[in-house]
Amino acid sequence: MSNFEIVAREDFSDVTYLLEVSHPLMAKAARPGQFVIVMSHEHGERIPLTIADFDRAKGTITLVIQAVGKTTKEMQQECVVGTSLYGVTGPMGIPSHFDKVKKVACVGGGLGVAPIFPHARAFKEAGAYVIGIVGFRTQDLMFWEDKFKAVCDEFIVCTDDGSAGIKGNVTLGIKRAIRLHPDLNEVVAIGPPIMMKGCAEATREHKIKTMVSLNPLMVDGTGMCGGCRVKIGNQVKFACVDGPDFDGHQVDFDDLMTRLRRFTTQERTAVERWSENCRMTNPLKTLAVRAKRPEEEAFPDPFDEVAGG
Amino acid sequence: MAKKKTIRTIPQERTPMREQPAAVRVKNFSEVACGFTLEDALREAERCLLCPEQPCVEGCPVGIDIPGFIQKISQKDFRGAYDVLTDTNLLPAICGRVCPQENQCEGVCVVGDTLEPVAVGRLERWVGDRAIAEGWANIPYIEPVPYRIGIVGSGPAGMACAADMAKAGCDVTVYEAFHLPGGVLRYGIPDFRLPNEVIDAEIGKLKQLGVKFECNTLVGRLFTIEQMIDELGFHAVFVGTGAGYPTMLGIPGDSLNGVLSANELLTRCNLMGAKEFPNYDTPLPLGQRVTVVGAGNTAMDAMRVCKRLGAEKVYCVYRRSRAEAPARAEEVHHAEEEGIEFHWLTNPVEVLDDGKGGVRGMRCMRMELGEPDDSGRRRPVAVAGSEHDIETDLVVFAIGTNANPIMGQTSSLKLNKRGYIEADDKFATSVAGVYAGGDIVTGAATVIEAMGAGRQAARSMKAYLGIRDVDQPYAIEGRGSSNRMFGIDLAERNFARIRAA
Repeated sequence: MSNFEIVAREDFSDVTYLLEVSHPLMAKAARPGQFVIVMSHEHGERIPLTIADFDRAKGTITLVIQAVGKTTKEMQQECVVGTSLYGVTGPMGIPSHFDKVKKVACVGGGLGVAPIFPHARAFKEAGAYVIGIVGFRTQDLMFWEDKFKAVCDEFIVCTDDGSAGIKGNVTLGIKRAIRLHPDLNEVVAIGPPIMMKGCAEATREHKIKTMVSLNPLMVDGTGMCGGCRVKIGNQVKFACVDGPDFDGHQVDFDDLMTRLRRFTTQERTAVERWSENCRMTNPLKTLAVRAKRPEEEAFPDPFDEVAGG
Repeated sequence: MAKKKTIRTIPQERTPMREQPAAVRVKNFSEVACGFTLEDALREAERCLLCPEQPCVEGCPVGIDIPGFIQKISQKDFRGAYDVLTDTNLLPAICGRVCPQENQCEGVCVVGDTLEPVAVGRLERWVGDRAIAEGWANIPYIEPVPYRIGIVGSGPAGMACAADMAKAGCDVTVYEAFHLPGGVLRYGIPDFRLPNEVIDAEIGKLKQLGVKFECNTLVGRLFTIEQMIDELGFHAVFVGTGAGYPTMLGIPGDSLNGVLSANELLTRCNLMGAKEFPNYDTPLPLGQRVTVVGAGNTAMDAMRVCKRLGAEKVYCVYRRSRAEAPARAEEVHHAEEEGIEFHWLTNPVEVLDDGKGGVRGMRCMRMELGEPDDSGRRRPVAVAGSEHDIETDLVVFAIGTNANPIMGQTSSLKLNKRGYIEADDKFATSVAGVYAGGDIVTGAATVIEAMGAGRQAARSMKAYLGIRDVDQPYAIEGRGSSNRMFGIDLAERNFARIRAA
């Protein structure tokens, strides 16, 4: 397999962008809950990205990416329509299950909003009553509202600053859904680990089954390196082949968050070095980006990058 | 031949191979063993007695005509030596480097009864390297047959199977999940033992045979084994996906950030180029004091990689003694030369936390050897009250692998209770037309054993498809091209029948 052409791109904000990649076989094979490993160029790293959507008729898969690390920032600049990715492998991981659920809440936070969409659609197709709950920092970062409304029976938006929907994070949305629907069978949550942890805590006392999609650091994505190991109950599992979906009430999120910070130092080096090169080759563009984002002073946690997809 | 060689007339000393001095090589990733010169090779070839018993051929998992190719070297017919080698082994430059010859051909060498055995591996490597340098390739005349073969995994088993099926005239496609072909040869074995150029050259030869490589393809998930047969039009499939799934020790602290599997360390370093970070984007966990748990070949590779990455101290912790260490003697020797500190009879019981998610040390127990266990090795028993701490900031587990679950999750192939694919003595699986071999059937083993399995499976696949099999290694008598007439093996039964008629 080679030549993974980017056929469409959409920018949701100055850090979040969508790539639609041509891969007919993958579009045919992909199921909700699975992910791909992307390499942007020959010297690149292999990064896991959740499949946010797939179109079997067009033969494409959709990835939604947040530019926080060196690779994702570089891709933001270089991945334009007509260019190709060096490698796209997948679909990886065990697909999610959708049968026997009558009423479900599909919860997406930040970047997790994109990959939760195919879940909502699949539950709807399986005949469930679907409550979509999405969370963003602010209204400006929102995307795919129409797509969600088309497949959800109820749609709840939460924003940190209250600029749209409920003011607060998605756990408030979950609490409201539980209050209004005591017969809620299942909650599926995708987003940053801290958000998934919050969701699992919100449902624990109600004993509602809560599935979360984990996205730890990976190399091969085929169960070969063990870099993505996570603690589930008393067991160690590899998220790439044993997951990525796990019972949220069993997941050790603190362990996951520690492990996501494994390469913070190296990641910072890579970004600094890359920005330095950019400034030399393309000063205006970089300055503009810099001016727009003064808050970048504090280096973001690497898990923001992989948080939702 | 002028005079018959005897054990007294041959050069008594085994020809040494030039190596980079330990002090130099721990600072680079270039190959440690520099290979034979022409003079070295001629001298060492003289040491073969060309004995009639040929135990070395029996000792070789693929049955290379070892005296045959050594004789060609002595006759200075180097191309001829290459021809004899490639009759049975397509990848001499690789096998000459990574085979555990001391347990195979060299282990049973007649010369070895009295002196040191003939350095078969070094001679094989010399011929293989010469072939790469000279651009030799043996592309036989291939009569096309209307069969398509799918091979899952581009490691040694898959490569060997692909070569045989391509020579039999099949249209062969090899699928690889990584972005580069080669499997364990690429991601596992470091450059200083097996340079990437050698792998590239050997894969180039497969491509010349018409084998197609499709990387970035995760069989099982992108399409299943069953789909390969039913929808993609493959007449037979070979599964050689390797063992995968590294074992963690299951002691407290083994999920800390400074703990990783040897597979991860080696993959980051060898395949992803992390040793050149930040020129390559993949980062590598660097340790000043590295502890590698285990004493197999993978453990040796991991230790020597860490040393080259600049670790001040590298320790090997192994619960048995040196005598039981599964690594090749040469590898342990190389590691010792490079300043690796071995802690034999030491068992880790806990990895100690530095309070920030990293590692500050490892708590170990001393062991002593008790009664023999199932493996025949003496079972290590902990010495009471022998806890002690080793100061370390990176812990690498090289304690073996389990079966990779992807094939089991995605196909109806029957697995054994340990999760490996069940295959009969013909390498056939429970699904008609699907064959399997290598680590995914046997559990972790060697490159040459995987290649042997790949070749045997190819033979079964030919029988399954009804393709006439004229391959050499399976006919014990009449090896080498001298015993062929018009390309037909004299030992082949069909031919004998015609002759009788």
